[in-house]
Amino acid sequence: HLATSLPLPSERDHLRPRIDLVVFMIDIKSKYSLKNVETSLAHVDASFFLGKVCFLVTGVGRVNACSIETNAICKLGEAYCSPVLFCELELEGIRVATAQRLLRMLRICAGHIPGVSALSFVSLMRNSDDD
Amino acid sequence: EDVDPQKTAFLLRKAWTLYSVTPLYRFHRARLRDYARLLSAFIAAEKQKGLAVEVGVELDIKVALSSIADLRGTELDQAALLVQLSSRSRASSRNSEDKLVWSGWFCSMFGDDLSENVPEDFTSLPLFLSHGAESYTSLVGSWFQKTFDCCFRRLAISPLNLSWMVAMWAGCKLDRADSAVELVFSMPRLSQPLDISYAIHPEDAKALWDTVQKTPGEITQEEVDVFMDCLYAHFHRHFKIHLSAAKLVKVSTAVASAHCDGIVKILQSQYLPGVLMLLTELAISQIQ
Repeated sequence: HLATSLPLPSERDHLRPRIDLVVFMIDIKSKYSLKNVETSLAHVDASFFLGKVCFLVTGVGRVNACSIETNAICKLGEAYCSPVLFCELELEGIRVATAQRLLRMLRICAGHIPGVSALSFVSLMRNSDDD
Repeated sequence: EDVDPQKTAFLLRKAWTLYSVTPLYRFHRARLRDYARLLSAFIAAEKQKGLAVEVGVELDIKVALSSIADLRGTELDQAALLVQLSSRSRASSRNSEDKLVWSGWFCSMFGDDLSENVPEDFTSLPLFLSHGAESYTSLVGSWFQKTFDCCFRRLAISPLNLSWMVAMWAGCKLDRADSAVELVFSMPRLSQPLDISYAIHPEDAKALWDTVQKTPGEITQEEVDVFMDCLYAHFHRHFKIHLSAAKLVKVSTAVASAHCDGIVKILQSQYLPGVLMLLTELAISQIQ
């Protein structure tokens, strides 16, 4: 399900299936997309931040079109205990690989992989901080 | 640090195309006359080969290389190196004046980050600015690359860096700020290109920056973000367009203007070191 911002319209609440993963997309060429994500984050229930949220930064292939500082995005990831993925949608190989990564994450968040839960993502992030 | 305005008058009010240059190998300041001769011979030889730069006009290209001692940040910086190409038409008499057809200069303004780490035998002049025909730029560039084993790359300026520039320059104190602070945005993903030009009275822009900046002489990313957000919010209030979703391609102030393709124009000698320092920094980060 794709949405340009949160909250989702309440009229469709009863028709909506369970949400397992929320991916916030930030276009590094658009300051506006970061602001949009920041305001939308406020509408996400706190329980999602236990591994069911991730940030996907697109457009990283073009260094010269950068409108957002990568530091700011990494800080956002840290503040919300959620992983930050970087990708370039214009390159097919990276696009496909990123889609596969997200799918793997989604399967874990939906509980399809026995023995691994969304909470694993949170503890993985904690470990890299200790390095 | 005070630069003699006469010596630097040549660089004001001209559109300079920016390049980053890797350190020059075995460059000797004492041999400038020799280098000028060699470059002149190289250009003449390339013209003979048929790579003529001017068609139909017989031109002798005279090369002059000089150092501009004052154009540097600290003692650790190399003095700027100026290359000038002048032409004298063979057809006219001996009394005719040389006409400057192309100029380019290498510069390092507080480029300690690079010059400190450069091995002996290497000269660090990371920023190159050219003005004149592209064909001459590529001739001069090839000669330098062959002779000193260095590499020139066009220096593009990202929207992030352009917003730093507009915030810094709009905040500069000037006796007379007679030109508006202008930002040009390119709207993405449209079938036909559309540019939006946003002009602000220079006093208003300076007043805004003064409320944002906390420590004089210091600028942080947060302050630049706040400054830009105010401009975006103001525009959105009036026109319901989110400029933050568009690409910032050009900024102009009374101090200097810069385009994302790596073209700058410096209008004030007063803030020259500051502008060059920022450009040197960009050149160095492109090299590293």
